[in-house]
Amino acid sequence: MSIDESTAARVAKLARIRVEPEALPELAEDFNRILGFIEQLNEVDVEGVEPMTSVTPMRLKRREDQVDDGGHAAQVLSNAPDAREGFFAVPKVVE
Amino acid sequence: MLDLTYEAPKVKTIAGAKHDWELVIGMEVHAQVSSRAKLFSSASTKFGAEPNSNVSFVDAAMPGMLPVINEFCVDQAVRTGLGLKAAINLNSAFDRKNYFYPDQPAGYQISQLYHPIVGEGEVLVEMGEGIARRVRIERIHLEQDAGKSIHDMDPTMSFVDLNRAGVALMEIVSRPDIRGADEAAAYITKLRQILRYLGTCDGNMQNGNLRADVNVSVCLPGQYEKYLESGDFSHLGTRCEIKNMNSMRFIQQAIDYEARRQIAIVEGGGTVDQETRGFDPDTGETRTQRSKEEAHDYRYFPDPDLLPLEIEQAWVDDIAASLPELPDEKKARFMTGFGLSDYDASVLTAEVEAAGYFEQAAEGRDGKLAANWIINELYGRLKKDETQLADSPVSPAQIGQIVDLIKSDAISGKIAKDVFEICYTSGRDPEEIVETEGMKQVTDTGAIETAVDEIIAANPAQVEKAKQNPKLAGWFVGQVMKATGGKANPKAVNDIVSAKLGL
Repeated sequence: MSIDESTAARVAKLARIRVEPEALPELAEDFNRILGFIEQLNEVDVEGVEPMTSVTPMRLKRREDQVDDGGHAAQVLSNAPDAREGFFAVPKVVE
Repeated sequence: MLDLTYEAPKVKTIAGAKHDWELVIGMEVHAQVSSRAKLFSSASTKFGAEPNSNVSFVDAAMPGMLPVINEFCVDQAVRTGLGLKAAINLNSAFDRKNYFYPDQPAGYQISQLYHPIVGEGEVLVEMGEGIARRVRIERIHLEQDAGKSIHDMDPTMSFVDLNRAGVALMEIVSRPDIRGADEAAAYITKLRQILRYLGTCDGNMQNGNLRADVNVSVCLPGQYEKYLESGDFSHLGTRCEIKNMNSMRFIQQAIDYEARRQIAIVEGGGTVDQETRGFDPDTGETRTQRSKEEAHDYRYFPDPDLLPLEIEQAWVDDIAASLPELPDEKKARFMTGFGLSDYDASVLTAEVEAAGYFEQAAEGRDGKLAANWIINELYGRLKKDETQLADSPVSPAQIGQIVDLIKSDAISGKIAKDVFEICYTSGRDPEEIVETEGMKQVTDTGAIETAVDEIIAANPAQVEKAKQNPKLAGWFVGQVMKATGGKANPKAVNDIVSAKLGL
C-alpha cells in the first residue's frame, strides 16, 4: 500500500489538521515509512498466537452504577471559547 | 407451553409505473440503557436536567480523563441479548469511531464494531392471528450517545448540551428481514415491548430513549428470495439510510415516501445513490443529509484506553436465570392457562403492568370474564378519563370481586356495570356495594314466578299476541325486570316467562 499526496491530504482533512500543500509530499512519505514498518511486522508468523492486549495481566476495570459526578457545568464550560445560558455556543452547524 | 406456530405474512407489492416492487428494510435501533450513571463515567443519565450539569470531565473529553465501564450497562446488554434469544460473546471489545461534530467532544464515539457483546438473535413480529414475521438480529453492541445540538435558539450559533453525551446505548441491528412500513412499526413495537419487559430500556420514544435508523431499498419480486438463499446483497436494490427516527408514524411515512422515490428513480432509468437521508415531518419527505465527499470514513480502531471486555459464562447464566417471562411466553400462557383469545392475550400482554394487573384479577377465577372486564369496561372507562392503568381507581382485587359476583349469579352482567361505575367513582369494594345498595339479583324462582303471574294477569291482550308471535315474550321479560328493579336473574325470568306463556 502506498500513500500518495491526495490520500495524505484527505487524511489530514478527516483529522481536521491543516497541512500546507508544499508539506504534503513529505507527509505522504512519512506515512509510507510508517506503513513500511508495519508491513515488516506483518512478515512475522503469528498463526495460533493469542493477541496481546495488555503488557500486564490486567482485566478491564469496572465501576458500579452510581452517580457521583457531574453538577459542575461552569467548570465544564470554562474552556469554551463561547458559552451562553449553560450551553456551549458554536458556529451554526445545520445539515 | 403452547407451541404457537406462525405463518409468514405475504409481502405487499407496490405498483410502480412499469413493475410491481417489494420493500426490503433493515433497522438499527438505538435503545438507551436504563442505568443511573453513564457508560464510562459516573455522571447522571437523568433526562431534562439543566444544560451541561450531568457532565463529568470524561464526558467532556478533558485531556487525560479515562473511561471506566459501568458494569450494570454490560449486564443490561447481556440481558437484552438473552431476551432476543441471541448469542452472548464472552469476549468483546471497544473501538473508536472517529468523526467531528460539536456534540461529540472527544472527536470519536466509543462503540463496538469488530467484537460486539451480543451476536445473532431473533424477534418474532406478529402481524395478525397466527401470522408473524421472524426478524433476525445481526448483533447488539454497546456504545456512547452523543450530546444534543440545538439549532433554533440563535440565528448564527448552535447550542450544545452534553448531558446526553456518554449515556449508554444498545444498538440493535436487524437483518433486512422487514418487508413493509407496517412491519417496521410492528417490529419497533415488539422490540420496545421486550425491552420494557426486560427493564433494560424504558422505550420512551418521545425523549429519544428509543430511536431508529431505517435502511430502505426496493427490489423486483423474487430478488429477495435469491438474497436469502445466497446471502448476496447484490440481488437487492441500493439502500438508503433514514437517520434518527423517534416516531412510529414518521417511520412509516418515511418508508412510504422513500419507496416511491426509489421506484421512480429506478423506473426512470437512474440509479439510487447509497446515502444517509433525513425525514422532514413538515413535508413528509426524506432528503440527503450528508454530501458524498463527506462520505463515512470513520477510521475505526480498537480503543487503546479500554482493555477487552471479558465476562464469565457463570455471570451470563445468572442473568439468564433472572430473566422475566417474556411477551411471547406470557401470551401463550394466557391463551392456554386462562383460555383467552389471541386478541385478548395480545392486548393484556402489551405492557407488563397490564399483564400483572390481569393475573391478579384473574387468579383462581374465570380468566376470560376477567379479561373482558379489564379490556372492555376498565380500559374503556380509563380511556374516557385519559387515565393510565397504573392510576386506576379500581384495583385488580375489585375486578376479581365483580367477576365472582357475576359467576355466583349474585348480580347480572347489567347490574355489574352499575356496580363497576360506583366502584370506579367511589373506590368502594363491589361486594360491599352490592350488599349495602341491595343490588343482589333475585334468583328465588318463587318471587320471580309471582311477578310473572301478576304481569300476565294484568295484560291478557298481550298474552294473546305473544302466543301468536313468541318474539313478544321479550316484552314480558322487560316488564318483570322493571317490576323487580332490574335485580331478577334475566335467564330465570326468560325461562319462567316462556313456560308460563306456554311457548
